[in-house]
Amino acid sequence: MNWLARRALQAVITALMALALLFFLIRSLPGDPLAVLSEDRPLTSEQVRDLQRRYQLDQPLGAQFTAFMGGAVRGDFGTSIQYGRPVRQLVLERLPRTLLLGATVLLINFTLGLWLGVQQALHRGRPLDRILTTLSLTGYATPSFWLGLMLVLVFAVRLHWLPAAGSQDPGLDGAGVLTVVLDRLRHLILPALTLAAVSIASSMRYQRAAMLEALRQPYVAAARARGLTEGQVTWGHAWRSALPSVLTLFGLWLPILVVGAVFVEQVFAWQGLGSLTAGAAAARDYPLLMGTAVLATAAVVTGSLVSDVLHALLDPRARAE
Amino acid sequence: MTPRRAALHTVWRRPAGRAGLIALALLALLALIGPLVLPDPTAQGDLLNGALLPPGPGHLLGTDQLSRDVLSRIVTGLRLSLIIGLASACLAVALGAAVGLIAGSRAGMVDTVLMRIVDALLAIPRLFVLLLVLAVWDRVPIPALVLLLALTGWYGTSRLVRAETVRLRGEDFVRAAEALGAGRLRIALHHLLPNVAAPILVAGTLGVGDVILLEAGLTYLGLGIRPPTPSLGGMVLDSRSVFVTAPWTSIFPGLVIVLTVLSVNLVGDALRDALDPRSA
Repeated sequence: MNWLARRALQAVITALMALALLFFLIRSLPGDPLAVLSEDRPLTSEQVRDLQRRYQLDQPLGAQFTAFMGGAVRGDFGTSIQYGRPVRQLVLERLPRTLLLGATVLLINFTLGLWLGVQQALHRGRPLDRILTTLSLTGYATPSFWLGLMLVLVFAVRLHWLPAAGSQDPGLDGAGVLTVVLDRLRHLILPALTLAAVSIASSMRYQRAAMLEALRQPYVAAARARGLTEGQVTWGHAWRSALPSVLTLFGLWLPILVVGAVFVEQVFAWQGLGSLTAGAAAARDYPLLMGTAVLATAAVVTGSLVSDVLHALLDPRARAE
Repeated sequence: MTPRRAALHTVWRRPAGRAGLIALALLALLALIGPLVLPDPTAQGDLLNGALLPPGPGHLLGTDQLSRDVLSRIVTGLRLSLIIGLASACLAVALGAAVGLIAGSRAGMVDTVLMRIVDALLAIPRLFVLLLVLAVWDRVPIPALVLLLALTGWYGTSRLVRAETVRLRGEDFVRAAEALGAGRLRIALHHLLPNVAAPILVAGTLGVGDVILLEAGLTYLGLGIRPPTPSLGGMVLDSRSVFVTAPWTSIFPGLVIVLTVLSVNLVGDALRDALDPRSA
C-alpha cells in the first residue's frame, strides 16, 4: 500500500510538472498569442476577451501560470475558437469513439500480437520468425495516414466491401439494433486495422523477447522433464512468467494509440479525439488543442501508473524497487 | 579496426542489416543523383494534357494534378526527408547524451532534478508538443523544423546514457582516472562518453526513422513542410483529392517513406542486436 501511494504521488507530480512545461512552452513562443490566433481570422471581441481572461494575458506571468494550472486541473480549457463551444464538452462528446477505436486496437495487439510474438519465440531464427519480424517492422515503418488511404483504395473504392470513412451510416435511423451494430463494426474495421498494423510490432517484439527469456529458465526444462505437453509448457509455464513484463507494455501503448489516432481518425473522418486534434491544429484552435494535449498527457501518466501497478500485482519483486 | 568500421562490419554480417544498408545506400544515391537527371520537380507542364498521366515512358511514375513529374518530386522529397531525419536525430542524440552524461556523472540534486524533468517531458506525447508549436508558427522554416524535431526527441537517449553512466561510474577505470586527478569534464568526455557510444549510436539510428515518419505526418496534417517545396508527406496530402482516379500520385511517395524508414530501422536493429546481445 505504501508502495502504491508513493507511485501514485509520483504520477501526480509528473503530471503537474508536464502541465507546467506545457505552460512555459506556449509562453516561450515568440510573439503575442492573440495576434497570431487572430491573424487570418477575425476573432469576435467576445472571443478575444474570453482568451484574455482564460490565459490572464493582461496579468503578470505568475497569475497566468496559476490560471492555467487551475483550469487544467479542473478540466476547464475555455471555449473552442472553431466551434464556439466549451472544450470540455467537445472532448467528452468525442471521447467514446476514440475509446472504441483504441480498445479495438488494444484487443488486436494484445491477442494476435502476443500470440504472434510467442510463435516467433518458439520458432526463433527460423523462416516463420524472420517473416513475421520483417512484416511487423514494415508495419512499424509505414505512415498510418498513407496505409489508411491504401486500404480505402482497395477495400472501399475497388472492392466496395467496406465504407471509406465515417463511423456510422447516417441513413440508418429507425433500423434494428443488429443492423446498427453491424454498421458500426463495418466502419470500425479499416481504421482499427490501420492502427493495429502500424503498432502491432511493439507487442510482438516485446512478447518475443520476454518469451525467449522465459524459455531459457530452468523451470521450463523441469516442466518438460516432468513430461508435460509442449502446449502446457509454453502457455502454462513459460508464457505465464513472461506475462508481467509484457503487461508493462500497456503503459507504452497509450501514447502510441493517442498519437496514432490523430492520423488515422483524420484519414477516416472518424469522429473522435484524434480528428478533433488534427482539425484544431489545422484551424489553429488553441484552446481546443491545449485541451486535447493535456488529456493526452493525463492518459500517458495514467497508463504508465496502471501498468506499474499491474506489474507489481503480478510480480512482487517489482514492488521492492 | 576503428569503432566506426567495427560497427559497420557487425551490421553488414547480419542479413537484415545488410539489406538495410544496401537499400539505404541506393536511396541516398537516388536522392543525390536524381535531381541532376530528372525534370524540375516544381515545373508544371501542359495542364490540359499533362496532368494526372499514368506511369509511362515520359514520366516513369506519372504526373500529379498540376502535371508535375511524380518521380522528380519523390526524389526531391526523399532528399529533404533524409537530410531532416539525419540532422534532427544527430542533434537530438547529442543533446540527450549531454544531459545524460551530466545527470549520470553528477549524482544528487542535479541528477534528480534533470531526470524528473525528463519524466515530465516524456509524459507529453511528442506529436502534441509539435502540434502546439506549429499551430502558432505558420510556415515554419525547415531549419527550425529540424530544431523542433530534435528538441522533442532527446528524452529517451538521455535516460539511456544516464543509466549507462551511473553503471560505469563505479567501474575501476573511472575510479583510477579519478585517483589520477582527472577532472569531471575529462572523465565524462574521455572515459564515459566512449563507453556509452554504442547505445547512443543505436538510439540515433532509430531516431532517424522516427523523425522521417513524424515529419511526413506533420506535413500531411498541413503543418510541416509547405508547398511548393516537394515533400513525401505533402505529396500524399495533395493526392487525397485524386487518389481514386490517379492512385500513382499516392502509392509511390508512401512506398518510398516505408522503404526509407524500414531500411534505417533494419540498420538500427542490426546495430542493437550486435551491441546488446540480450535483445537478440
